[in-house]
Amino acid sequence: MSEDVAIRTRDLTCHFGTLMAVDHVDLEIHRAEIYGFLGPNGSGKTTTIRMLCGLLKPTEGEAKVLDCRVPADAEQLRRKIGYMTQRFSLYEDLTVRENLEFMGEIYSIPAAKRQLRVDQLLAEYRLDNRQRERAANLSGGQKQRLGLAAAMVHDPELLFLDEPTSAVDPENRREFWESLFRLVDRGTTILVSTHLMDEAERCHRIAILDRGALVANGTPRELMTGIDAAVLEIESERLPAARAVLGQVGEVLSVAQLGTRLHALVEPTLPDPEGTVRAALDRAGVEAAVELTPANLEDVFVAATRSRPE
Amino acid sequence: MPQFLGRTLAIARKEVRQLRRDRLTFGMIVGIPLVQLVLFGYAINQDVRHLRAGVADLAGTQHSRLLAADAAGSQVVDIVAQAETVEELETLLRKGRISVGIAIPRDFDRRVQQGERPPAQLLVDGSDPVILGAARGIAALPVENRFRPILPAAVRPPERTFEIRAYYNPERRSAVQIVPGLIGVILTLTMVIFTAIAIVRERERGNLELLITTPVRTWELMVGKVLPYMFVGLIQVTLVLLAGWALFRIPIRGSLVDFYLAGALFVTATLTMGLLVSTAAKTQFQSVQMAIFFFLPSILLSGFMFPFDGMPRWAQYFAEILPLTHFVRIVRGILLRGASLVEVHRDLWPLLVFMTVTLSLSVVRFRKRLD
Repeated sequence: MSEDVAIRTRDLTCHFGTLMAVDHVDLEIHRAEIYGFLGPNGSGKTTTIRMLCGLLKPTEGEAKVLDCRVPADAEQLRRKIGYMTQRFSLYEDLTVRENLEFMGEIYSIPAAKRQLRVDQLLAEYRLDNRQRERAANLSGGQKQRLGLAAAMVHDPELLFLDEPTSAVDPENRREFWESLFRLVDRGTTILVSTHLMDEAERCHRIAILDRGALVANGTPRELMTGIDAAVLEIESERLPAARAVLGQVGEVLSVAQLGTRLHALVEPTLPDPEGTVRAALDRAGVEAAVELTPANLEDVFVAATRSRPE
Repeated sequence: MPQFLGRTLAIARKEVRQLRRDRLTFGMIVGIPLVQLVLFGYAINQDVRHLRAGVADLAGTQHSRLLAADAAGSQVVDIVAQAETVEELETLLRKGRISVGIAIPRDFDRRVQQGERPPAQLLVDGSDPVILGAARGIAALPVENRFRPILPAAVRPPERTFEIRAYYNPERRSAVQIVPGLIGVILTLTMVIFTAIAIVRERERGNLELLITTPVRTWELMVGKVLPYMFVGLIQVTLVLLAGWALFRIPIRGSLVDFYLAGALFVTATLTMGLLVSTAAKTQFQSVQMAIFFFLPSILLSGFMFPFDGMPRWAQYFAEILPLTHFVRIVRGILLRGASLVEVHRDLWPLLVFMTVTLSLSVVRFRKRLD
C-alpha cells in the first residue's frame, strides 16, 4: 500500500440474507482528505463504514485500512480510528469533562497526559466554560462539538463521521466543517457519510452510493462537469402544465421544482435538448423560457442513480 | 358515533395492535398465570413428605430397629444416613445433609417399659419453617399398637415416642426462619434488574454504538458493568443482616467472613444472570419483564417460602439450577446452624457453575449482536 493511501478496498461486499447491502465496492481514499459517501438511507453508507471499522465481517472482498487488514486486524485498527455516530452517543448523565476523561481511559491514555489532552480538546472545541455541565444540558451544536472532541481524544489518524450534521442548524454546520478542515490540515483523514448535498460539496472527493453499489466517484467539480446528462431550467407561469409536458418527453430523465423554476435532466444522447424541450412545450401551448444550465451535485446524484436498472 | 367515543376506541384499538406485536407482554399475559398455576398446583405442597433423615440407633435392639422402620414407613421421612453417635447426627444436621435426626438412646427398651417420658429423640432443623410441623407428625406415630404386645399389661406405654428438640431456633420464632432467606430474595430481585437494564440502557441511549468501536473488549465491558453492583449487593446484604439482627435478633452463629464470601458469590451469580437478560432484551421494559420471569420461580421453588423436600422431583431438579435455592440453604446453614463454608460446599459450586455459564453466554451473545 502506498504511503498516501488511507483506505483501499477491492470488491467489498456485504449481504444480509438476500439483501445486498454493499455490492462489490472498490475504494481508494487518500490520507489527509475529506472523503464523502453520498447516498440516501439504505444505500449502504453505514454498512460500509462498519466494515471499514471492523465491526462487520465482509461477505466478500477485502479492505485495508491504515495498513491493517479488516476485520483480521480490527483490534489494532481501533486505536488508530475515531468514530462519531449519527446520534449523540456519549453519556448524557456525565459532565462534558467526565465524558472526555472516560473516553481517554478507554483508549488507555496515561493519567497525566489525559488531563492535558482533555484541557486541550475543551479549549479547541470551545467547551471549556461548559466542562462541568451535564452533557444532557448542552445545545445541539455543543453536543456536536463534544462528539467530535470525544472521537479525537486519542488523536486518531482516521475519523469516521456518520451523518454528523443532519440534526444541526446551518451556522453550527459551517463551524463544524471548519473544525474538520483544521483536522485535515494536521494530517487527519476523514470519511464522512451524508445525504445532504451541501455537505457533500465540501468534501475533497465523494463517492455516490446507490443500493449498495458505488455509481460515481471523484471530486465534486469533476462529477458536476462530467455529468452524463444535460441540465435544463424552465421558467413559466404555468409550472404544473409545463411539468406535465416534460413528463411526456421520453428523453427527460427527471424533473424537480425549485421555487418558480423547473429543473430537468435530459438524456445526453439527445442532440439538441433545449430545442426539443422548447418545441414540445410550444406544441402544448405552454409559454416558457428554456435554458441550459451547469449541473449541481443533486443533478449528478440523480443522473448517477437513475442510470442503473432496478 | 359521538366523537369522544371514536377517539377512545381509536386509542383502544391501537393499544390492542401494539399489545399483539409485543411478544413478551403477550407472554406475560399467558405465561404468568400458567406458571403460577403449575407451580402452586403441582410443585408446592405444604404437606411435607420425604424429609431427609438420619438415624443414630444407639440401642440396636429389635424394638429400636422397628421404630426406625416405622418412621421410614410413614413416608414423612426418608432415611438417608446412619450415624454412630448423636454428635455425628448433629454434624449432618448442621451441614444441611439431613433435616431430621432420629436419636434412639442406649436405654431405649428400658425407657419404653418405664413409660414415663418419650423414649427417643427427634432432632429437628428449626431453621426451615415447615420441617418442625412435619416433625410433629412423626412424633405422633401410633406407638400404642407397636409397643402394646411387648409390654406387661400393667405398664402403660409412653404417650409420645419422641421428644422433639428443635435445633437452631428453640423458641421457634418465624423471623429467625424467614430473615436469612429473605436476604437472598431481596438480592435476587434487585441484582437481576440492575444488570438486566445495564446493557440495554446503553443500547437504547446509543452509547453502545460508540463503545463497540473503541478498544474495549466484550468481557471488559461485562465485568466492568458487574463490579460496582457487587458492592451494591454487599451493602444490601449488610443492611438486611444488620436490620435483622437489630430488629429481630437474628443469630449470627457462623463466621461473618464465610457469610460475606458466600454472599459475594451469590450476588455475582445473580448479576451475571442479569447480564444475560440484558443481551436478550431490546428495551429496559423488556429486561424488567424477563427479570420477573426469573424471579417468580426463584421465590416459589427455592425453599424460601415452601419446603423444598415437599416438591416433586422435576420441580426439585429445576430449583437446583436457581441460585436462590442454594443461597437459602447456605445462609441458613451459616447464620442459624453455625456451619462453615466447607460444610456447605455442596451448595457453593452450583453457584459458581451458574455464574460461569451465564457470564460466558452473555459474552458470546453480545459478540453475535455486532454482526
